[in-house]
Amino acid sequence: MKKGWIIALGVVGVIIFFAIIIISWAIGKYNSFVSLNEGVKSSWSQVENVYQRRADLIPNLVATVKGVANFEKETYTAVTEARAKVGQVKITAEQLDDPEAFARFQRAQDGLSGALQRLMVVAENYPQLKANENFLQLQAQLEGTENRITVERQKFNQVVQEYNTAIKRFPGMLIANFGGFREKQYFKAAEGADQVPKVQF
Amino acid sequence: MKRSLLISNIIIILFLNSSINFAQINIPILKNYANDFTNTLNSSELFTLENKLKSFDDSTSNQVLFLMISTLDGYSLESYTFETATKNKIGSKKNNNGVLFFVAKEDRKMRIEVGYGLEGALPDALASSILRNEVRPYFKAGDYYGGITAGIDAIISATKGEYKAEKKSEKTKGISFFFLIILFIIISLISRRGGRGGGGGSGILPWLILSSMSSGRSSWGSSGGFGGFSGGGFSGGGGSFGGGGASGSW
Repeated sequence: MKKGWIIALGVVGVIIFFAIIIISWAIGKYNSFVSLNEGVKSSWSQVENVYQRRADLIPNLVATVKGVANFEKETYTAVTEARAKVGQVKITAEQLDDPEAFARFQRAQDGLSGALQRLMVVAENYPQLKANENFLQLQAQLEGTENRITVERQKFNQVVQEYNTAIKRFPGMLIANFGGFREKQYFKAAEGADQVPKVQF
Repeated sequence: MKRSLLISNIIIILFLNSSINFAQINIPILKNYANDFTNTLNSSELFTLENKLKSFDDSTSNQVLFLMISTLDGYSLESYTFETATKNKIGSKKNNNGVLFFVAKEDRKMRIEVGYGLEGALPDALASSILRNEVRPYFKAGDYYGGITAGIDAIISATKGEYKAEKKSEKTKGISFFFLIILFIIISLISRRGGRGGGGGSGILPWLILSSMSSGRSSWGSSGGFGGFSGGGFSGGGGSFGGGGASGSW
């Protein structure tokens, strides 16, 4: 009788011991996912910043090229339309695990990249623009912004990769599933000419 | 060539591991403020640039680096400067106040890469204007040193008001020196008292301790300003970059 009690107590003790180890491991894992998730969010806000920066440049740019006699109207209306579209397709940091929303966002932004690129190529045919210091500065700002977008997208992909790897690895994935951490989307490069990191002149 | 570049671009964007060495070009580790891998500048010109950039770092904590290589071999200019600036951690960790002025001589391409913390003082439009209006005229005439100096001077004058060098290190140096003197007095007092029977040897003991301590701290001699050129190489402060700056050509 007594012996049985001791064994039972021992077994319970061992179980409690392992339970404590497992629970503290799970808490640690959970917290590390939380930090990684926050890293993704802050990186996402940087991506949004640089995209916003580009959107803010456009009115000035369009106004400048409009001022030039008989500048091709279709090119800058395409830019204005693409910009309006970008304004509609906003996603929050919580939607980063939604492939469709993310793809829509990237399509809209890439559409604007394409329209801007065409605008800059057309602008090349207007010597009065190339001699205009205001235009040259806008061009430099646009190039810089496109480059920032490339860099921030890369940084974003990097932290998403860390996050995705962490939540998909066994046995951490058990905690990730339990805590509702879902795989996040990457920016994809291969879509026609949209991946050009800077406007070509 | 173009195709392989495209593939490597996709690799960067998909996997984004800066440690992957996907291209034939290496990202250099810079040991000086002024680096010329083309032997275009003579040693006294390099010395002048080095001192100018080093004293700018000392007085403002802004780290402006100059790098000239002969060719990028088709590698993307923006990727190269971003990776070089990031790898060398130009600028301080706190202020991210680093700038890399880069020239690829044979490609006739140049770029000013600006760290996060100086994007306000040196915006893209200004960086572009420096390249177009200050540097390019000299480079077109074949005067590399003139162009580089003009570019560096313009970068310095744009960024000099932004941050101040922290005096902290100077202070701790002062304190440690003061501390050493006190320590010396204490040691000499103790050894005089304790070593009464010991004879003349006790007088040397504090000197021995002191000299061993100061030799362990030899680094503060050179960073304190009297080390001259040999003491002043570049070391990165942990600054990070976000792709700001401008590119140009001549």
